Amino acid sequence: MTPLLEVRHVTRSYRMPRRSLLHPGPVLTAVQDVSFTLARGRTLGIVGESGSGKSTLARMIMAFEAPDTGEVRFDGHDLHSLGSADLRRLRRRFQMVFQDPWGSLDPRRTVAWSIAEPLRATGADALDRRVDEALVQVGLRPADGRKYPHEFSGGQRQRIAIARAIVTRPALLVADEAVSALDVSVQAQILNLLMDLQEELGLAMIFISHDLPVVACLADDMLVMRAGRPVETGATASLISAPKAEYTKSLLTAGGLMP
Amino acid sequence: MMALSGLSVSFDTAQALRDVSLQVPQGTRLGIVGESGSGKSMLGLSMMGMVPEAARVSGRIMLDGTDLSGASERLWRRHRARRVAMIFQEPMAALNPLQRLGDTVMEPLQVHLGLSRAAARTRALELFDEVGIPDPPARLRQYPHEISGGQRQRVLIALALSCDPALLIADEPTTALDAHVALRIIELLVDLAERRQMALVFISHDLAAVARATERIAVMYGGEIAEEGPTAAVLENPRHPYTRGLLGARPGIGGATPARGADGRRQRLPTIPGSVPPLSQLPAGCRFAGRCPVEMPHCADTRPAAYPLPGDRHAACHLLGAGA
Repeated sequence: MTPLLEVRHVTRSYRMPRRSLLHPGPVLTAVQDVSFTLARGRTLGIVGESGSGKSTLARMIMAFEAPDTGEVRFDGHDLHSLGSADLRRLRRRFQMVFQDPWGSLDPRRTVAWSIAEPLRATGADALDRRVDEALVQVGLRPADGRKYPHEFSGGQRQRIAIARAIVTRPALLVADEAVSALDVSVQAQILNLLMDLQEELGLAMIFISHDLPVVACLADDMLVMRAGRPVETGATASLISAPKAEYTKSLLTAGGLMP
Repeated sequence: MMALSGLSVSFDTAQALRDVSLQVPQGTRLGIVGESGSGKSMLGLSMMGMVPEAARVSGRIMLDGTDLSGASERLWRRHRARRVAMIFQEPMAALNPLQRLGDTVMEPLQVHLGLSRAAARTRALELFDEVGIPDPPARLRQYPHEISGGQRQRVLIALALSCDPALLIADEPTTALDAHVALRIIELLVDLAERRQMALVFISHDLAAVARATERIAVMYGGEIAEEGPTAAVLENPRHPYTRGLLGARPGIGGATPARGADGRRQRLPTIPGSVPPLSQLPAGCRFAGRCPVEMPHCADTRPAAYPLPGDRHAACHLLGAGA
């Protein structure tokens, strides 16, 4: 069986703004030669600090942008060579949760409307029933769908963002710093919710964060990135107990409670 | 150095701080931890005399033997910078983008200390050197956008130190920084506090940062101090149910618990049920009532005292009261 997601040697660089009139700007390589595979129902954690390329990698996996070289295969399909109609159909099977629930929910629309958006975009039917089901799955009530985003706390808004991501019944969820803006006690509730959903729905997950302990508590495998390059990859347990790269070791020290 | 007793800060519909008592002796490092809405930032602002005008303040604020409760803005301004200084989370927002870093740091030296421009420049170079900014003469000519977030925070620390304050209040100074950079800023703050015999109040939601930066810790919830004591003791053996919940909810590395149980299900994190209520909807008794796993019938209506515990610490929980 083909793996759910295969990322093969992807590289992505950007041209920076020019500094003088006569010379083109310098090139920044945001992601350089990253490869991994993800099986159904498994979680890959991607850890890195700002500028590590982890969000660029997420955008390529989501087909929001294309790699310069390399390919991203979802269930055997090369995402970046699909036609737009095929890509749209396939999109309902991979969805994303962002850091800032404010930025991803329209303040003038009811929560139910926002949750149904990916369904409308992919042309599904029975919207109301699916929205109610998603609200219940994230621990909210169907009646909450008639409210507006400002009526919810930060943790509840992140639940709504998750409901919107799972409403299409995806096989893969990409979460980019999805709990970073939350208080510790709320963060634990959302992490548990993600674990619940993963087990109930058989979701595969790519969980991206700068916070190594958070990633370690739900990832089967981990990929540590720095300045666009993969530093270390492996099963979470062995990477935590016997890190090989100095950089991983220093991230472990920085994240610990005791000096 | 600074002592607060029975400090309360209220607004029309809400009490942001209730009966907070704290002491920060000279040269000591106190951490204030709490989640959003715990009142930790309001506490920091109170120590700077920067409580919003609409607030009603009661209780005492003593700075080095001077009673500053209800002091005028004019009086506070005499103490700010020279006695107490503050740094904030977002260094970019606290620096004037149109002003060279040198001018920013020299301004208080000229205004507060009356130094000449040349003397202020010499002092600014020393300060940049002291906070570990490489090549100070070049940095003085730069603008905030030309340096990294960690370097900006160092500039703000230099600015805060410019008038040799006896107390530095740091409100989430490492929150916007990467883990490695944050560690170095914490090391710098600890080092400065020790070398200058300066008191440090380190306010953060980040338990790991506070654990490294401080000797004592006050855990805040709902505008009150839930628990206070030596940092290591409180983190190793928390006595207040909220502190316990907070520490438990934080993912640790390589703990005793396996990532997956025998049934293959992933280990869940312990959680505190519900979420922090808005300040206007806090229970009248113990602020943690309604979310507390060991709540008793009278907790929601009766306020627990700050019960003293062995090892120079105390916690505000009825379970620790007489005979319990």
